[in-house]
Amino acid sequence: MSDQEEQVESHTFSVLVDNEPGVLARVIGLFSARGYNIDSLTVSETEHERHVSRISIVSSATPQVLEQIRAQLDRLVPVHMVRDLSTTERPLERELALIKVAGVGDARVEALRLSDAFRATVIDATVDHFVFEITGRSSKVNQFVALMMPLGLVEVARTGIAALSRGKSGIFDE
Amino acid sequence: MSTGEQLNGGQIVMRALADQKVEHVFGYPGGAVLPIYDEIVQQDIVKHILVRHEQGAGHAAEGYARSTGKPGVVLVTSGPGATNMVTALADAMMDSIPLVCLTGQVPTALIGNDAFQECDTIGITRQCTKHNWLVRDVNDLARIIHEAFYVATSGRPGPVVVDIPKDVQFATGTYEGPRNIRHNTYRPKMKGDIASIRQAVDMLAEAKRPVFYTGGGVINSGPEASHLLRELVSVTGHPITSTLMGLGAFPASGKEWLGMLGMHGTYEANMAMYECDLMVCIGARFDDRITGRVDAFSPNSKKIHIDIDPSSINKNIMVDLPIVGDIAHVLEDFLRIWRDRSCMPDKKASKAWWSEIDAWRGRDCLKYKPNDDIIMPQYAIQRLYEKCKGKDTYITTEVGQHQMWAAQFFGFEEPNHWMTSGGLGTMGYGLPAAIGAQMAHRDALVVDIAGDASILMNMQELSTAVQHKLPVKVFILNNQYMGMVRQWQQLLHGNRLSETYMESLPDFVKLAEAYGGHGIRVEKPGDLDEAIEEMIAVDKPVLFDCRVANLANCFPMIPSGEPHNKMILGADVSDEEVGSAISEKGKVLV
Repeated sequence: MSDQEEQVESHTFSVLVDNEPGVLARVIGLFSARGYNIDSLTVSETEHERHVSRISIVSSATPQVLEQIRAQLDRLVPVHMVRDLSTTERPLERELALIKVAGVGDARVEALRLSDAFRATVIDATVDHFVFEITGRSSKVNQFVALMMPLGLVEVARTGIAALSRGKSGIFDE
Repeated sequence: MSTGEQLNGGQIVMRALADQKVEHVFGYPGGAVLPIYDEIVQQDIVKHILVRHEQGAGHAAEGYARSTGKPGVVLVTSGPGATNMVTALADAMMDSIPLVCLTGQVPTALIGNDAFQECDTIGITRQCTKHNWLVRDVNDLARIIHEAFYVATSGRPGPVVVDIPKDVQFATGTYEGPRNIRHNTYRPKMKGDIASIRQAVDMLAEAKRPVFYTGGGVINSGPEASHLLRELVSVTGHPITSTLMGLGAFPASGKEWLGMLGMHGTYEANMAMYECDLMVCIGARFDDRITGRVDAFSPNSKKIHIDIDPSSINKNIMVDLPIVGDIAHVLEDFLRIWRDRSCMPDKKASKAWWSEIDAWRGRDCLKYKPNDDIIMPQYAIQRLYEKCKGKDTYITTEVGQHQMWAAQFFGFEEPNHWMTSGGLGTMGYGLPAAIGAQMAHRDALVVDIAGDASILMNMQELSTAVQHKLPVKVFILNNQYMGMVRQWQQLLHGNRLSETYMESLPDFVKLAEAYGGHGIRVEKPGDLDEAIEEMIAVDKPVLFDCRVANLANCFPMIPSGEPHNKMILGADVSDEEVGSAISEKGKVLV
């Protein structure tokens, strides 16, 4: 067996949970207790009537461990359903970031020009700063943040990834 | 909404327990559970067993659960009551024992204020329970308790905690009965996939050198699973071994029985695991004490894994055919298909396989040097076993060398008669577990096989046994060492014995008498039989101080970091071999 040589892959899980107190702590506790990575985690109530929240988790591990993560999540009592969205094709993944850039002169002009190219919008501004809002794949956000670095980047807040599978079927259809 | 009866929280708790057919609750009162205790004293359906320490209540409930197949129920107060339960909860989690633990909590208005005897019970127990609930509204209380019983006992069993603030215990609300409890999200799968079971039948019919590797899952599935397992072995005639947790599912007197496997398992069991061409794992989890070195684990076999918990599959060892389902359900389907197809094991191959196994058996791996002057610990267990034969005997253990000797030398014929802390390895488990087992089986002979170090960890529970007239027998293999730790210091740390000598041990005979029990001390092999007979005959809790060879070690043994075929056998091992058995790499393993 060559477990150690197996490649580490990044997978995105969608987890439907009862929106009860402590459910997020259970999920996070599971990851820390078993030493799994969390690269991104987002959670929000998605079906208010049914009291259901969707947690999107990006984790990187070997295929054997990724399967363990799925099975361990499924074992939690308040978990309705776990789907590994990355098993068949690349899932749809989007992230939102707020990015504060301070500066004057050429740097300021360049930041604004780049924001336009990245379809970021200005949501706050004075004569010596901008706050941009950008959505997209994490790689796009990373790239934009990197470009802002020399142009007076002050701080960044990111939401983490929200993800869905491609195609017409939903998580319950599979 | 509902037209259910109006009761206060304390009454709801007691009514729910009665409706769940609970007969015994192990507990300890305190400020945050007084309303429940006030109801306990006013009813006589549920009997409360007062322990001396909350951990004792937890292990007693485990012994009760393991010996009956019913959930064990515990009631403790907030703060230290709850934290003292944590070890027992973690123990039950590792060994899949159904426990329902009710904890008191400070009033809801005080939660988070660092109130007296407040702790975050839900936060602390989240990782060592199958699930837990904080009850904030008295109208949810009955439903949550019923749900808690369902979660604890269904699927892969485990411990649950229901944390009940004191104001909820006083408040009046609607009681609902255990009917209509259907959980939204939690629905364990019982039936195995039929196509996979058919494939498993094919694989077993074609196998030349198969072995059944069974575990605690068979016991948890219920007596029917043990019955079906015996049938499976009898129709195929193939060898069977078991983990520590699975002892008794298959009778030790059966001719296909190879003994326990793993680190201190038998040579024949481990060699069969190593050399087999098909391994059928039934309700076990490829724990590190079983597998030894993972990359050299049974290198030439196909592996079938039957387990109710999907997360047990492919966790430590990749298998060829997983079947998720309850053992009894899967074995029932398996046997039906096997019979429908008139499958027959390959007689010729089976004969060759058994002759190989018989050669391994011929090594007599449990052999030890007998001694006429000093009691060998193995001999003590053998004599105890002989004297218990024919009686309805339940054995519990503490953790250490005595535990392994008990597993090696005591033969178990039936499931649910062997209670031990397997996964967590909790010293101090055995005496309270024996109390729980004795509570459930008043007329049975219940023996805690103990060590001199472990027994002192929950010694106070002897007082519980005396109070409730539970004549548990504590059979202490007293070598005046923490024997297993010492054995590892000899193996791994150049025989530098660090803090493993039990100086100032109490006089166990006087101690027994001080508690109101009976004490016996034996130092000579010749006196052993008569003393054991006396122990069994006394209708009181007994501390049996069996003075054994101080430096005996537990063999055979797979040194950590080695595979199954690299066992050290006991009788002919030299000190140098013991000293160099574990490689540098193996030393970092536990």
